[in-house]
Amino acid sequence: MNKKAIKEEQITISINGIKINGSPGQTILEVALENDIFIPHLCYDPRINIQGACRLCLVEIEGFREAVPSCITKISQGLKIKTDTDHIRNLIKLNLELIVSDHPLDCLTCESCGNCELQDLAYLYDIDQNRFRGEVHPKKVFEDNPFIIRDNEKCILCGRCVRICDNLIGANAIGYAGRGFDCEIIPAFEQSLKDTDCIFCGNCISTCPVGALQAKPYLKKARAWETKKIQTTCPYCGVGCQINLHVKNNKIVNITSDVGKNINKGSLCVKGKFGLDFVHDSKRLTSPLKKRDGKFEKISWTNAMGSISSKLKEIIKNHGPDSIGILSSAKCTNEENFLLSRFARATIGTNNIDHCARLCHASTITGLIPTFGSGAMTNSFEDIKDSDAVIVIGSNTTEAHPVISYELINQVIEHNLKLIVIDPRKIPLTKYAYIHLQQKPGTDIAVLLGLMNVIYENDLHDTEYIDKRTENFENFINSFKEYSPEKVEQLSGVIKDDLIEAAKVYGSAKTASIFYSMGITQHTCGTENVISVANLAMMGGNVGKKGGGVNPLRGQNNVQGACDLGALPNVYSGYQYVEDNEIREKFEKEWGKKLPPKKGLTVTEMIDGALSGKIKVLYIMGENPMLSDPDILHVAQGLKNLDLLVVQDIFITETGEFADFILPSACFAEKNGTFTNTDRRIQRVNKALNPPGEAMEDWKIICRLSEKLGYNMGYSSVSEIMDEIAKVTPIYAGINYKRLNASPLQWPCTGKDHPGTDILHAKNFARGKGRFMPVEFSLPAENPDKKYPYILTTGRILYHFHTRTMTGKSEFLNLIAPMALAHINEEDGRDLNIKDGEKIRLETRRGKIEAVAKVDGNIKKGVVFIPFHFAESPANKLTNPVLDPKAKIPEYKACAVSISKV
Amino acid sequence: MTIKTKKINGKELEEIKARNIKGNTLDGKVKKYKVTVHLGTCGIASGADEIKKQVEKEIKEKELKNIIFTTSGCVGFCSREPMLTIKEPDNKMITYYDLDEEKVSVIFKEHLIGGKIAESLNPINSSSELVSFYKYQVSRVLHNRGEINSFRIEDYIAKDGYKALIKALDKSPQEVIEIVKESGLRGRGGAGFPTGIKWEFCKNAKSKTSLKYVVCNGDEGDPGAFMDRNLLESDPHSILEGILIAAYAIGAKKGYIYVRAEYPLAIKTLENAIKQAKGYGLIGEDILDSGFSFDLSIFQGAGAFVCGEETALLKSIESKRGMPVPKPPFPANEGLYGLPTLINNVETFSNVAQIILKGANWFNSMGTDKSKGTKIFALTGAVNNVGLVEVPMGMTLREIIFKVGGGIKENKKFKAVQIGGPSGGCIPEEYLDTPIDYEKVQEVGAIMGSGGMIVLDEDTCMVDFARFFMDFIQDESCGQCVPCRIGTKRMLEILTRITEGNGEEGDIEKLEELGKMIKETSLCGLGKTAPNPVLSTIKYFRKDYEEHIETHKSCKALHRKAKIKKV
Repeated sequence: MNKKAIKEEQITISINGIKINGSPGQTILEVALENDIFIPHLCYDPRINIQGACRLCLVEIEGFREAVPSCITKISQGLKIKTDTDHIRNLIKLNLELIVSDHPLDCLTCESCGNCELQDLAYLYDIDQNRFRGEVHPKKVFEDNPFIIRDNEKCILCGRCVRICDNLIGANAIGYAGRGFDCEIIPAFEQSLKDTDCIFCGNCISTCPVGALQAKPYLKKARAWETKKIQTTCPYCGVGCQINLHVKNNKIVNITSDVGKNINKGSLCVKGKFGLDFVHDSKRLTSPLKKRDGKFEKISWTNAMGSISSKLKEIIKNHGPDSIGILSSAKCTNEENFLLSRFARATIGTNNIDHCARLCHASTITGLIPTFGSGAMTNSFEDIKDSDAVIVIGSNTTEAHPVISYELINQVIEHNLKLIVIDPRKIPLTKYAYIHLQQKPGTDIAVLLGLMNVIYENDLHDTEYIDKRTENFENFINSFKEYSPEKVEQLSGVIKDDLIEAAKVYGSAKTASIFYSMGITQHTCGTENVISVANLAMMGGNVGKKGGGVNPLRGQNNVQGACDLGALPNVYSGYQYVEDNEIREKFEKEWGKKLPPKKGLTVTEMIDGALSGKIKVLYIMGENPMLSDPDILHVAQGLKNLDLLVVQDIFITETGEFADFILPSACFAEKNGTFTNTDRRIQRVNKALNPPGEAMEDWKIICRLSEKLGYNMGYSSVSEIMDEIAKVTPIYAGINYKRLNASPLQWPCTGKDHPGTDILHAKNFARGKGRFMPVEFSLPAENPDKKYPYILTTGRILYHFHTRTMTGKSEFLNLIAPMALAHINEEDGRDLNIKDGEKIRLETRRGKIEAVAKVDGNIKKGVVFIPFHFAESPANKLTNPVLDPKAKIPEYKACAVSISKV
Repeated sequence: MTIKTKKINGKELEEIKARNIKGNTLDGKVKKYKVTVHLGTCGIASGADEIKKQVEKEIKEKELKNIIFTTSGCVGFCSREPMLTIKEPDNKMITYYDLDEEKVSVIFKEHLIGGKIAESLNPINSSSELVSFYKYQVSRVLHNRGEINSFRIEDYIAKDGYKALIKALDKSPQEVIEIVKESGLRGRGGAGFPTGIKWEFCKNAKSKTSLKYVVCNGDEGDPGAFMDRNLLESDPHSILEGILIAAYAIGAKKGYIYVRAEYPLAIKTLENAIKQAKGYGLIGEDILDSGFSFDLSIFQGAGAFVCGEETALLKSIESKRGMPVPKPPFPANEGLYGLPTLINNVETFSNVAQIILKGANWFNSMGTDKSKGTKIFALTGAVNNVGLVEVPMGMTLREIIFKVGGGIKENKKFKAVQIGGPSGGCIPEEYLDTPIDYEKVQEVGAIMGSGGMIVLDEDTCMVDFARFFMDFIQDESCGQCVPCRIGTKRMLEILTRITEGNGEEGDIEKLEELGKMIKETSLCGLGKTAPNPVLSTIKYFRKDYEEHIETHKSCKALHRKAKIKKV
């Protein structure tokens, strides 16, 4: 870029005589706020388009006859602006007086006192009397739901909640009604919010400048100034939202997020906003437990550590270290995963360590490593705004990664993003999709090959990119040539014209990205699915540029970190192979211990090993395979067969019930550390509370047990652990707490001065050139037949998370979503004489469960969906444990099932 | 009614014209009279439908084969409805008014059968007193009034209809825009933005999808205004032709006419007109073999006054709540569905065909320096001749009220004239010589507006009058911006207490303070002009306010209203 171009990009204006630079397209208000120049405003929220309703952000511009609202006025070269003239002050003050004249001055009892934008402005502008007393909006409260209270007496009609709900969340649950002074904001048709499309994300509350919207669970808990506010990372999905825990007397009394800041810009989902009450649940473990005669009894930490360590020593002595299997946790911090990896390898001496990433994104690694050279999300969350088109395939983003779906919806509504959804269900995002391709479960490869075929036939592939950046394209062409739209329609059920249109949209977009999740990975052909996605992205020339990429959405708060830090059987931290002698020697030197040279067992193999007797001990930190693994009857037999089962967790889980020892650990809010989110962003976890009773941080438990086993790891803080991670892990080499406390960093971050990496493969692919790899379409391992005529697919719902260890304890979430609903197509419902709300039985070759039917048109005929969260209706009693041969990921997303009325 | 469905070309248009003229010719022998009953909504409300039935019946019963009978829209003389006009072979027009059954019988007996004008009914002709209502008017936009059946496209074609379209299609879009620019036509919706320049903006605006729209704003909502309704009911094709020419000029393929649902006859007339125009291929693909294609639909508004504000109107077409959005961006750049959109008022479009047909110079030879052509007003209130009037720009208010309007009713004294509806202002006697001109009207504290003109006599309390408009505007505010939603409410509350005799010292100053702030800071035109009726009455009739406050007297008007309620 030459100097002139730089100059043109900047616009210089002056505000109150001070020269300030801004970028084209910015408004005066945005530039002022960036530069800490005060301009009052009540209807501005950086997450959504402006409305210009409050008329407070007035400024004077030289040459303009009248005051100008700064929120709608774009900057232009040389503008001379004044924010503090008498005239402006009078106009603002008068408008504020009007707002106050229709606002109850009940600050003494108002929940928002001390946290109210109107109160702050009234203070600043000396609104000390009501000169315009008159009619006011009477008290009118909508509270017939567990989460959100609206009181229109306090509403100042800034419209922020409506725009957030419409343009960001896409729920359209509330809107303006009436005209003139009687205008108000109400739930659609004045119903209960429960009867609207509200998803209770609470972002309306987050944007409300006054006290009109309140979070019901946090009412009357504390005044704003009484609490300590600690920013930390949400423990649910992989988005990595930053939340503020407001703490009073060691209790969380409110949860907020800073609007406009951090990855989530202040938006949260129902779980992050309302689903953290598990932290204070009475069932939290407060002391170590030992099972005696089938019952758990409390024991001291000293006894627990003594018993476990002597048992471990004995088993290592008799059966060798490889008779021990260790499951790490995607819920725990990076530091803890790194430590458990060290514990397995150095303290115990085995590579048998794995965690639930095996069950979600193992195929992402096996698919993206050979094609790109790195198995993580290539681009950043912020990039969505730079995409012209986005494909979402196999991801019910709105329910599994809500805050990412907000961004997608916002870009569709406010910025013309073209969204293509490929999913067997009419997931909520389809409402905003330009095209929805509804395929049969397990036919993704056919659809992807079909897209590539159309793109190639229409000459929409990026030949220059393919020539320069990739290899093997010529050999690859034949793999999709026979997948004509007609054939794809036959195989997948996707209407051929839709396929063609989708291919044209993706192929002709300037930059387009692909988001995928479990719908791609959890198949026997998971690796091939991922490779197909990678092939498509490379054909469009979309990898390595802003707004493009292949973006696997990771499911857990720290599943990325658990992988990064070596909680895998074949690699140390930073994906360094255990079987590589040079690398092993590096770790042996650092840890002062000889390390096992052969890769270890995966989680599914460990369960098999337990059953066969090869594995004698499972040491499980924060995982619940008794609900999360496929075919759980098989898991139960394995767990029963063990000599020793130790579980470290915050509650007694379904797996814990089988344990010999349960160790009480601290939850996310009670510890320091870091999580790495789905876009490789390393973010701080900050301790806000003391753990209950004798519960202890996982890293301390590991250190203590290791010491008991005769190997002192010698850490005194988590920050020291991170320093060691940085020392031995090239992609984390530049990470330390000092930097992280200032702002998150995205790996690879290879040195102290390295800024982190927002886009992978920018100049070259991690493996040099991107490699096109031919794949073949294959059907799922189990297909419908006479006895099991339907396809079963599983997944998440918005209101719960994984095995409900956390969300199951949340009073409020369970009011909304108390049970498993099996989604059935309405035609199938008619054939089977099953009506909405009726109890049904689902049966596969592995078992049967009962659930309540939800019959509608959102799911494809012949397919049934059930969430895997509920122990009462454990979907994984039904799922097929058959594995992807390379990734060893089970096929959760398709098996044959029969449905009957109970 | 049969709808022709043959795509026509220019030559065939001429043939239709010739046929229709021939069919309507009065030779004095076979066809002696043409009788037209005027059936606007106003006429129908006064019983014109019954008159029509009676006329038809009498013609049939008396077997009067020498009469051509037809109907038309309103002829503008509202206070004299129902009316009918008899055309004689020498093209003389005799209009009978205030009709009832008896008078129609007289007309038949004396005029249509007897052959002599029924002088006892004092009809409007060149020698009558009432002719002054028409004498000072000019008929440009309203040149077809009373003369065509608005349900017959052929009638419009016979009056050179769609000839301007042919002419425009022969030119380049830029040439068409140049003519409109040169004519000096300005937006008749009230703000007076130069039409040609708006068209040019829109033509040059880049569209994300290559689509552009033309929208006709027929959401007439000012109390006492009925210009648009009249045009839509009486001469729908002149609007369609204007829209088509505009669409061609800016490159639009799709258009909407936004009409409020409270105008059922206008909608019916327009639906029929569009159907007929489509039948001749004047709307549709490859219009008049020119390669230009255009589709036009009616969008019915649900009665929100604020939807007359252009950005709110566009939101309404998008099926969203009709709430204005801040400008810029202007609709010409980002309008309907975010695409470039030309939005003009009904009267503006009605001017277009004439300009193209007769030339820019014909148009701009009339008017003042900056305001060209004519303006239509709905003249109401305390004048003798209430009705729809078209006057040349530059005519003074005094001339309109005292010549066209025939002076104040019951010989009372003139007090003020309110122009521009709820957005306008009141002008007192001393400024009655202000000419009709966008800038001049603004200088005296009103706005040209879309054409409402209410004349007030000496009995009017100006506080009550201002309160009426504030009440209206407060009800119709969309509610999103603070100054308009709360500010107008507080102004209304103050006005109400003044008229009720509870005014307080300082109230006038508060009204001024609020009014100025609301004007300066409101989001859209509705709010920005909402205080005008109050500010202008304070300016010119401060005494009315002071008297109320000082004497604590409630308003005479309130007593009158209370009485009416009791009855």
